[in-house]
Amino acid sequence: MNPTTLSIPQLEALSRTIRFRTIRNSHLSGTPHLGSCLSCTDLLVWLYWNILRLNTKEPKTEQRDRFILSKGHAAPVLFQVLAERGFYSPNVLDAYGQNGSVFGEHPPTPDHLAGIEAATGSLGHGLPMALGMALASRITQQPYRVFAILGDGECNEGAVWEAALMASAQKASNLTIFVDYNKWQATGRSNEILGLTPLAEKWKAFGWSCLEINGHSFEEMESAYHSLSSDNRPKAIIANTLKGKGIEFMEDDNNWHYRIPTADEVRQSASLLNIPQDQIQLDGRKPISHG
Amino acid sequence: MGVSLLATVKSMRNAFADEVTQLALADSRVVLLSGDIGNRLFDKLRGARPDQFFNCGVAEQNMIGVAAGMGLSGLRPIVYTIAPFTSVRCLEQIKVDLGYHNSPVVLVGTGSGLSYASLGPTHHSLEDFAVFRAIPNLQVLAPWDAKSLRSCLRMAIESSRPTYIRIGKKGEADLTGTNSVPAIGNSLCRHSGSQVCILSTGTVSGEAELAVESLKQLGVSAELVLMHTVKPLAEKAIKTLLNRFDALVTVEEHSQIGGFGESVLSFIARLGLQKKIETLGTSDAFMSVVGSQQYARQYYQIDAKSIVDAVLRVCK
Repeated sequence: MNPTTLSIPQLEALSRTIRFRTIRNSHLSGTPHLGSCLSCTDLLVWLYWNILRLNTKEPKTEQRDRFILSKGHAAPVLFQVLAERGFYSPNVLDAYGQNGSVFGEHPPTPDHLAGIEAATGSLGHGLPMALGMALASRITQQPYRVFAILGDGECNEGAVWEAALMASAQKASNLTIFVDYNKWQATGRSNEILGLTPLAEKWKAFGWSCLEINGHSFEEMESAYHSLSSDNRPKAIIANTLKGKGIEFMEDDNNWHYRIPTADEVRQSASLLNIPQDQIQLDGRKPISHG
Repeated sequence: MGVSLLATVKSMRNAFADEVTQLALADSRVVLLSGDIGNRLFDKLRGARPDQFFNCGVAEQNMIGVAAGMGLSGLRPIVYTIAPFTSVRCLEQIKVDLGYHNSPVVLVGTGSGLSYASLGPTHHSLEDFAVFRAIPNLQVLAPWDAKSLRSCLRMAIESSRPTYIRIGKKGEADLTGTNSVPAIGNSLCRHSGSQVCILSTGTVSGEAELAVESLKQLGVSAELVLMHTVKPLAEKAIKTLLNRFDALVTVEEHSQIGGFGESVLSFIARLGLQKKIETLGTSDAFMSVVGSQQYARQYYQIDAKSIVDAVLRVCK
């Protein structure tokens, strides 16, 4: 049940591997949202290896911590994380995107894939469900914690703020959320489409304890989480991130919300991420076209 | 004719508060989520089990998501607010969080149909059957009185499936009497008859009861079958009735479009049968004037007199 305690170089190496597999999978399966996946990869790696108490052999153990990827369109990176963490073999991801596979653009329900707590994809649903899980722990008397990652675009949804109000009234101290604040949503800058700034102040005004960090710094994640841990309010960590983080030609370029990388771009990504040639493994596998 | 002619027991609303309190006292998994309504109605529950009551405020979308998360964490949440706000107001949350996740949550829509006739169409719920019938995993129940409501609530929790229960407000006729309430997917024969069968769902069944009495005086023998299950449809029971009757009338306080009557019609069509049938429900129009629930039932022609008229037409 206890998380591993990987060193920062180990976490960084894992993040590079997960990023690469997500990019290669996007090419092979035709799955979009790479920019959104890469901006929250570091958060996911840190949570799944150093924070969450899980039992990968018995994924529904009652005492487990819960994690909900509220920005469900980043599922491609979550699927890679769950495989690497040991919920299922990475080999099952070979069927990604094929007819009949559970691995697609959004997480399926917990009944259909080990390690998933909620089927998200429609924005604004993950936080209310996470809050319900956090409040249930008081009645079932299981001392688990609940975590969620929201997108900044997702904060357009009114239901997010309904949940923020209730979490505050209920003092849901076992609930921690991260806003993957990459400053973009599907078709433009998140601060221009709706008035999101000042984002941290909004969460504070809603009665949450809130800190702002660099969402690609494991040190900052660690220290923010620990400095908030004794607070009896729900916690929001605003993670300033870069859409497409880690791949120079994708960083802060919103075309990668939808674009699918070519084989050459996958090879360039491998080189940027220091992935050895023998792990690129594009030969002999044909990209799936759903066009 | 009026409901006052019939014996009434405790209102459905009070019966709900009493039943949910009993359930919560007996089972710590049962929690009540209310959307800032029911002033003082739940005082007993709040006093005895404060941890099992959540006033979620006027924020229904969140309330459904919270309930879904609780249901997935071992609890048996019951969500309570006025029917339009626990139904179509948060339809997508019901589809995704409850239906798709098959989360064992009971949604209770109080003051359903035309109970709040005087508050206008914002407070009417005449499309909930139609939209909920199309959501996989969701059961749709419409008890007719306090006793059947109590049973529906218990059966819904025992089923561990997402369930919508549409209830009235007050003044519902006691139609169950000493009978026991049938299981989900079954029906209750209230009056036996030989010429025509009235299939009625929900609280408007009190009007069907009055219609049967009037028809008796006119020399028409009508069977009255009460259906609390809109989904799954009580197909076995209906099939038996179709063997006995060629003339039928369905009654619901809901749009004729997509409701109970239409589901009976489509069942008959799938069986390849030809029947004389009228499906009484509200027409495809908002009611832009105010009035009592009785007035509204007359306005939409689902009151006892309109049921009598429909029966006489199908019996011709």
